[in-house]
Amino acid sequence: MTPPAAAGPGAPRHGIPLIDGVEKVTGRAVYTADLDHADALVGRIFRSPVSHGEIVRLDVANARALDGVFAVLTGDDCPHTYGVLPIAMNEYPLARGRVRYRGEPVAAVAAIDAATAQRALDLIEFEVRELPAYYASAAARAAGAMLLHDNKPGNLEREIHHTFGDVAAGFARADLVREDRISCAEVNHAQIEPHAALAEYEPLTQRLTMQSVSQVAYYLHLMLARCLDMDASRIRVIKPFVGGGFGARVEVLNFEIITALLARAAAGKVMMQLTREENFLTHRARPQTDTRLKLGMCRDGRITACECEVTQRGGAYAGYGIITILYAGALLQGIYDIPAIKYDGYRVYANLPPCGAMRGHGGVDTRHAFECLLDRMARELGLDPFAVRRANLLQAPTRTMNDLMVNSYGLPECLDTVEQASGWRERIGKLPPGKGLGMACSHYVSGAAKPVHWTGEPHAAVNLKLDFDGSITAFTGAADIGQGSSTMVAITVAETLDVALERVRVVAGDSAITPKDNGAYSSRITFMVGNAAIDAAKNLRKILIEAAARKLEAPPEDIECSGEQFRVGSGGQAVLAFADVVQAALVDVGAITVKGTFTCPPEFQGGKRRGGAVGSTMGFSYAAQVVEVSVEEATGAITVDKVWTALDCGYAINPLAVEGQIQGSVWMGMGQALSEETRYLDGLPAHASLLEYRVPTIAESPPIEVHIVESRDPHGPFGAKEASEGALAGFAPALVNAVANAIGIDLDELPLTPDRVMEALVERRRRARLGALHKAAP
Amino acid sequence: MAQAQVDAQRRILRLKLNGRWREDAVAENQLLVEYLRDVVRLAGTKTGCDGGECGACTVLVDDQAMPSCIMLAVRCEGRSVETIEGLASQGRLHRLQRAFHDKLGTQCGFCTPGMIMAAEALLRRNPQPSDSDIRTALSGNLCRCTGYVKIIESVQAAAETTS
Repeated sequence: MTPPAAAGPGAPRHGIPLIDGVEKVTGRAVYTADLDHADALVGRIFRSPVSHGEIVRLDVANARALDGVFAVLTGDDCPHTYGVLPIAMNEYPLARGRVRYRGEPVAAVAAIDAATAQRALDLIEFEVRELPAYYASAAARAAGAMLLHDNKPGNLEREIHHTFGDVAAGFARADLVREDRISCAEVNHAQIEPHAALAEYEPLTQRLTMQSVSQVAYYLHLMLARCLDMDASRIRVIKPFVGGGFGARVEVLNFEIITALLARAAAGKVMMQLTREENFLTHRARPQTDTRLKLGMCRDGRITACECEVTQRGGAYAGYGIITILYAGALLQGIYDIPAIKYDGYRVYANLPPCGAMRGHGGVDTRHAFECLLDRMARELGLDPFAVRRANLLQAPTRTMNDLMVNSYGLPECLDTVEQASGWRERIGKLPPGKGLGMACSHYVSGAAKPVHWTGEPHAAVNLKLDFDGSITAFTGAADIGQGSSTMVAITVAETLDVALERVRVVAGDSAITPKDNGAYSSRITFMVGNAAIDAAKNLRKILIEAAARKLEAPPEDIECSGEQFRVGSGGQAVLAFADVVQAALVDVGAITVKGTFTCPPEFQGGKRRGGAVGSTMGFSYAAQVVEVSVEEATGAITVDKVWTALDCGYAINPLAVEGQIQGSVWMGMGQALSEETRYLDGLPAHASLLEYRVPTIAESPPIEVHIVESRDPHGPFGAKEASEGALAGFAPALVNAVANAIGIDLDELPLTPDRVMEALVERRRRARLGALHKAAP
Repeated sequence: MAQAQVDAQRRILRLKLNGRWREDAVAENQLLVEYLRDVVRLAGTKTGCDGGECGACTVLVDDQAMPSCIMLAVRCEGRSVETIEGLASQGRLHRLQRAFHDKLGTQCGFCTPGMIMAAEALLRRNPQPSDSDIRTALSGNLCRCTGYVKIIESVQAAAETTS
């Protein structure tokens, strides 16, 4: 589909403010915690005080007897596991028999108010026989380590071994082979809205209404039906305004199911609001990752082979683990032309809060290692970092060795753009001491071509209603979590119909009203829901043109419609206004509802190989960025002075929103690179507040200059691809490369906190002194 | 949150909220944010952390930006408290609200009320803030969506608009 004429090439487009932006800036936007809950009970969770143990005694009788307590639940009250992948649901909403991380939910209460709920928690008697606990991948995998899950030997949730091409031959013909070990600390989404859920159970009709912070209301719907043994048709899931997701709310979270269980047990309404500390305990974010990466390279910069071993410390339960470890391998491909790749991935269980999906899911830490190593090898071979990337570009359209299709590829233009914008050629190597430039590339999928639950349904469906008043309402299950997806739906519908944006209203995220959607994950909404919205709008347009044709007594193919006016031929005298055409269209049929769908054809869904579906997508976004830093040698403190980013999003449906998404993702990459990390002391989170967990403040956040590259994807809506995740993974390696450029030290551990930088500087001084001594001695 | 305040003494609090004087019986240990959200039912002021970490609850107390989650309601006796709900008037957005909307200074919107109130405190005492003035004034307000770039642009744009 070509972009709308009015917004065609060359025409400057600034974009459109969010259609729900006024609610947000006036404070009228209702988030879950803002829902009316004056008559609701207060839910609270009793959590395991130990990292690993067998539950010996759990006595809730005293808690239950307390005045004002309406329900107390334990693992006995829910015998069902929940999770993401049908094959890997090994977690109970409330622990049964055993606890596997400190903070795991063990019991829950619903009481008349918060103080009573807290008192009830204090009355719960819990005895546990402690078991050996493991907080590092190596310890959990060591011979003789106790198994967290009896069916998972070696505490491995999953190991992956993939080989494509002749790796040995590739290394043999390389002029340079280098192997580095690079590790990235665990990070957390730290979305500013804390988790919350409001569940209402109506005992007379046996219906449940759940309002929660979910990114994927449909998963929540499925898991509520499973864990509460309810028919799914008796459940309604509503998504209020959501204060950020970043992957935290893709999986169904334990507190959501617990809130629903409490509401049913109490036969009423329960509000659960987690503290910030509990948000960190709920976790589900990017795992601590160790990468061993070996690359072969020719003198001209061509990569000959890649061998990559990734170990992810996944936490105590499966969650998204299998997908994360598959992504880490799959996304080695699809960005450069690499003739041979061997990937070994290990997802390890440990006695820590479970990890999950986080922006750039699976690809970020591997890309980090890869882009750092590319730079180091370029340096050894005397090549420019840009030249090394250019030596390995793909030619679109193509299909990678792991069956990923690349149909549009704006990476070359991204490279040219940031090279020029940053003044790279003039400045590299000429900056004063302590200052440096670094660059890196990255990519990401525009939606998983194969959904987690394969049902045979379309990948997306959007309904449009046109009624007597001339308004068009778009119904979508897609979760707007701040990324602007509802605005995107309104724009695609309005532009396809060539009507005013104000005529379109979007109703999103209510299972009783909107069609099911697979949700806000893997950057799927613009591509999939956008295409479905265009399809629906085309169907409605056809109906309107036919109605105009009847009224103008002309064949439909002669009807021209633009700017809410219909006429015969482009110079037609008789003009019908939109209202007249709507009236004509409604004769005999009444209000019109049309549907649009989008389905990824099977050839895009990855090969038949086991795990092949992960990484498959209709279109990859591509990004390149340059980071400029200053490093203070006395303190090890790094200041990011400026970032230049170019991202190929195919076509920017809303340039303003695209820019905002790119800045946000680059900045989130900066947080991971500079200061963010979880720290556990024997399983006790030492980071569980926004003071200890160092999200960058406005004071240390740099200007981020954004350049949008439009490669026009042949399958994207108006040619669009994703824009929210692709740029994230490039920041950290660009930073590490810039620091190397500034102080001549390659740092192998993220984040680059001042103490890590200082340690490296001190080590270098120590070696220099020793070297001087050795020279002096003989 | 139907917070029980059974153990706490109550007293009558008189304050000027968004330009209008009012009186309420409040517990002495009630936080200002709880008073605003649960008693007055103004839910625009948000809670994003466990106390004084994120700035989402920022309101103005006598023109000063204050985190309402670590301030007792009774400390506002006789004072003027302003929340995000008090900014727009007669169907017109306040210049900061207009700028945050037009320039995409808001994405998910959760930090926005606190961010706007902190920016309003800045503009009242410093109508033409520099980039670094803005960064200093908003450094207690965390945003996880924007990378702050468009927040700075929004505050600059608002400062250039006559109120």
